Amino acid sequence: MANDHTTDLTTGLTARGTPPGGRLSRRSFVGYVMGGTGLVVAADLALGAAPAQAAGLPIPSVPQIPEIYDLNDFLTHCTMPTSGLIAIHIDEQGDAHFALPRMEVGQGITTSTAMIIAEELDLPVDRVHVTLAPARKELLWNQLTGGSNTTISTYTPIRVAAAVARKALLDAAAIQLGALVTTLTVKGGVILDQLGNSLSYGDAAALAAPPTTQKVRVDLKTAGEHTIVGTPQRRVDARDAVTGRKQFAMDLDIPGALPTMVCRAPDLNGTAKEILNQAAVEAMPGVTHVAIIPTGVAVRAKTFGQCIDAVRALDVVWNSGTVAGKSSADILKELRAAQLPLAVPALGATTVEGEFVFHFRSGSALEPNCAVADVRDGSATIWGGLKSPIDVQSKVAKALGVAQDKVTVNVVQGGGSFGRKLFSDAAIEAARASKAFGAPVKLMWHRADEPRQGRVHPMAVSRIRATVLLGSVATFEQRHTSVSTDFTHGLGERLTAEVAALPPGLANLGFSESIFTLTQELPYNFGVVTQLLNESDRDFERFNTSSVRNIYSPDVRTANELIVDQLAAKLKLDPLEFRLRYLRSGLVKRVLKRAAELGQWGKAMQPGTAQGIAIHKEYKGATAVIVEIDCRPETVSRKVRDAVTGPRVTKATVVVDCGLAINPLGVQAQMMGGFSDGMAQALTYSNHLVDGRFLEASWDNSAYTRQWTTPFEFHCEVMDSDSEEPGGIGEAGVAASMAAVACAYARATGTMPTEFPINFHAPLHFEPKPFVPSVPESPTNGLDYVS
Amino acid sequence: MPSHTFKLNGETVTVDVEDDVRILWVLRDVLGVTGPKYGCGINVCKACTSHINGKAFNPCAVPVAAIGPDDEITTIEGLADTTPGDDLHPMQEAWLEYDVAQCGYCQPGQIMAAVALVDRVRAENRAITEDDLDSIRNVCRCGTYPRIREAIRAGAQGM
Ligand code: FES
Ligand code: FES
Repeated sequence: MANDHTTDLTTGLTARGTPPGGRLSRRSFVGYVMGGTGLVVAADLALGAAPAQAAGLPIPSVPQIPEIYDLNDFLTHCTMPTSGLIAIHIDEQGDAHFALPRMEVGQGITTSTAMIIAEELDLPVDRVHVTLAPARKELLWNQLTGGSNTTISTYTPIRVAAAVARKALLDAAAIQLGALVTTLTVKGGVILDQLGNSLSYGDAAALAAPPTTQKVRVDLKTAGEHTIVGTPQRRVDARDAVTGRKQFAMDLDIPGALPTMVCRAPDLNGTAKEILNQAAVEAMPGVTHVAIIPTGVAVRAKTFGQCIDAVRALDVVWNSGTVAGKSSADILKELRAAQLPLAVPALGATTVEGEFVFHFRSGSALEPNCAVADVRDGSATIWGGLKSPIDVQSKVAKALGVAQDKVTVNVVQGGGSFGRKLFSDAAIEAARASKAFGAPVKLMWHRADEPRQGRVHPMAVSRIRATVLLGSVATFEQRHTSVSTDFTHGLGERLTAEVAALPPGLANLGFSESIFTLTQELPYNFGVVTQLLNESDRDFERFNTSSVRNIYSPDVRTANELIVDQLAAKLKLDPLEFRLRYLRSGLVKRVLKRAAELGQWGKAMQPGTAQGIAIHKEYKGATAVIVEIDCRPETVSRKVRDAVTGPRVTKATVVVDCGLAINPLGVQAQMMGGFSDGMAQALTYSNHLVDGRFLEASWDNSAYTRQWTTPFEFHCEVMDSDSEEPGGIGEAGVAASMAAVACAYARATGTMPTEFPINFHAPLHFEPKPFVPSVPESPTNGLDYVS
Repeated sequence: MPSHTFKLNGETVTVDVEDDVRILWVLRDVLGVTGPKYGCGINVCKACTSHINGKAFNPCAVPVAAIGPDDEITTIEGLADTTPGDDLHPMQEAWLEYDVAQCGYCQPGQIMAAVALVDRVRAENRAITEDDLDSIRNVCRCGTYPRIREAIRAGAQGM
């Protein structure tokens, strides 16, 4: 049955500030039910600010900024003025529809959002339909998916909208059934009175829209009343995923949008000067168009296979790239030269110090960068997995020289993101190619382009010096020096605009330093603590950077935790005991104790194998990870064709307190994924810069976690939290995982690793693929490998 | 333009396309069968894994001219129909049971590889070992590997 919009029920809300009186035990919000074609609700929201921890024992450190106000507070602050524009719509069947102004990339937010709405509305989860909203310029900041902030910032507004919808439905039913609202109950989207009469949500929706706007007050359910939130739920899109029905951008059937690929320069960020054989390539089978665009030479053909052939056939004169001639060692030299000085001098036996190098690593998802674009008559339509669609809208408009409202951006679920999809690289390329060709395109990067020309996690060096005085840690200094991170996807701009919202001391910092200061918290009592970031702004033009499932935390925490183990050794304390003694945060201590129990910390281990332990505090929560690693020669040298093997993590235990866990099953999934990232970054996963080019061009070159490096046992426990507000989960698992693996490796081998991944200087396990042509030939011998 | 005939998910199909176009693109770009995903195009990532005559293969590495009218290709879309009844294949059910998928991009290939692995191990009359699971080359950039291992063991029970 078609939806009749005149009788559909729509609720929405606006949000402003904290209600007077602060936190209420039962949280009560005012909303407005609007008349006309739907209902709109405005409400005041309470921020679920995390209380600061009281200072603990040994030498107390003054509270760091993230303890009082962190990146998530800032992100949530930025969403406040615009949260009101979200809407829930109840259709004639009584099903709820909600267009989430965020992007699903596998992190499970469509599932958790459906749960939140189902909870407040008393509807089964499968009757809540969550889609992704297209770019909505009026949402300003509030349409960026990053910093693991989705649920933190949308939890309250979405619940209030759902609660207002429920109230409107019940009010309508009370009139219809001739009963008092307070006597009505709801079961599975059906409203029942005490006499056994009933009215479905669908029927009530037809009666619920009032002629004029009404102000209503709603109570949200308390945690104790939850029957869906907090229970493990499988993903709402799981069936589509396992049957092949789930559609990604390249699966869309957009009329006339033919496959398009880009032939790229051999140098990083090199550009095309001239095509020497354009006519010959245009005459190749299937090829329809060839043109130079700013990032290379775009080709459009009937199939992607024919695009690959055309890219390989192109004879192009290239301009050199942005780091021509440079190698990883040169960048390291530059970073060292840019390091900020440490304040406390090295004091012989009382000093513990270390310098740690973190190499470039690709942020590529399995779905390559891709977008569909149809540019015609001065306007453009884009389809893609885009986490910052409003930014895409403005960048595409700029690239095409049209007004922003001439660009429509449709958000499609993404095949992973890890930071990549905050940027609009493929969408801009697709728009430019479509404009150049005068035809719609379905543009996709070749895999080889991804590590070679795609965004990377910035290379960094972290220097730490700690001082032990009278049996206690008296100072802890860290200087993190990094190739700059690109924040020009909306976040950087917003920081400038909202600078007044930042805590004192941050107003004069650049974007990166602000983010660093807002996220990096050392949760130990180490006396005088300073952690400073330095980035060279020159790098912005040279490297294509982004977060890769978090920006600074995994590297900073790995350096921290390795030094923490050294400090423990110096003070002759077990790593667990030392951490419990020095940790300032009760939250962290709790997860650590539980991890130690579950992971059997301290159990007897064979020589060449060891446990490692690490913690992290961010995203309004805490994680603790214990791993067991096997560094025995027979394990390290095991052979898998075309692969890195090396030390094997055999067992991993992750304990997380992420605040209110909307969907514990989803939280566990994110910790599993975060662990895969953290482990790979510690042991195997990097990009080698040689002579201005990254060598890696395949998944067998970039050694991300594979089955042969996966732990045999993985266990994640989601602790019941004292917090009633959800924290962030998408990136939360990475830092402690990377650190725990590094610490385990140090304990198993007796050598503290100082360069990551640890195999960076091992002989390459692959023969680098040629740079010209820019993509490898598709093999033809696949039938020889049938199995 | 040469014409190519083969069986796809139980039906005979004929396509007009150049001989050397790899089957992945014939499926995706010509026939609109988009379950098999592109992740590398060089037989490395295994996102495109499908079955040919009941065994796993990677269509990104096979030209369409290399197969003929008797060859039966099964993609993820046709997997459920290879078992009796209207239900999903037991391996798909196991994937649901363990809530394996995150972004889901790799999962069609993972499931097709898993089914072929279980068939192969069963033909050898033995149980699945850790080494068998270690031998799976399919990339999952979301890092669902441990759940994949669990689901394969469970799915094998139902097969
Ligand atoms: S796309 Fe076929 S193996 Fe990667
Ligand atoms: S689920 Fe995203 S790549 Fe595997």
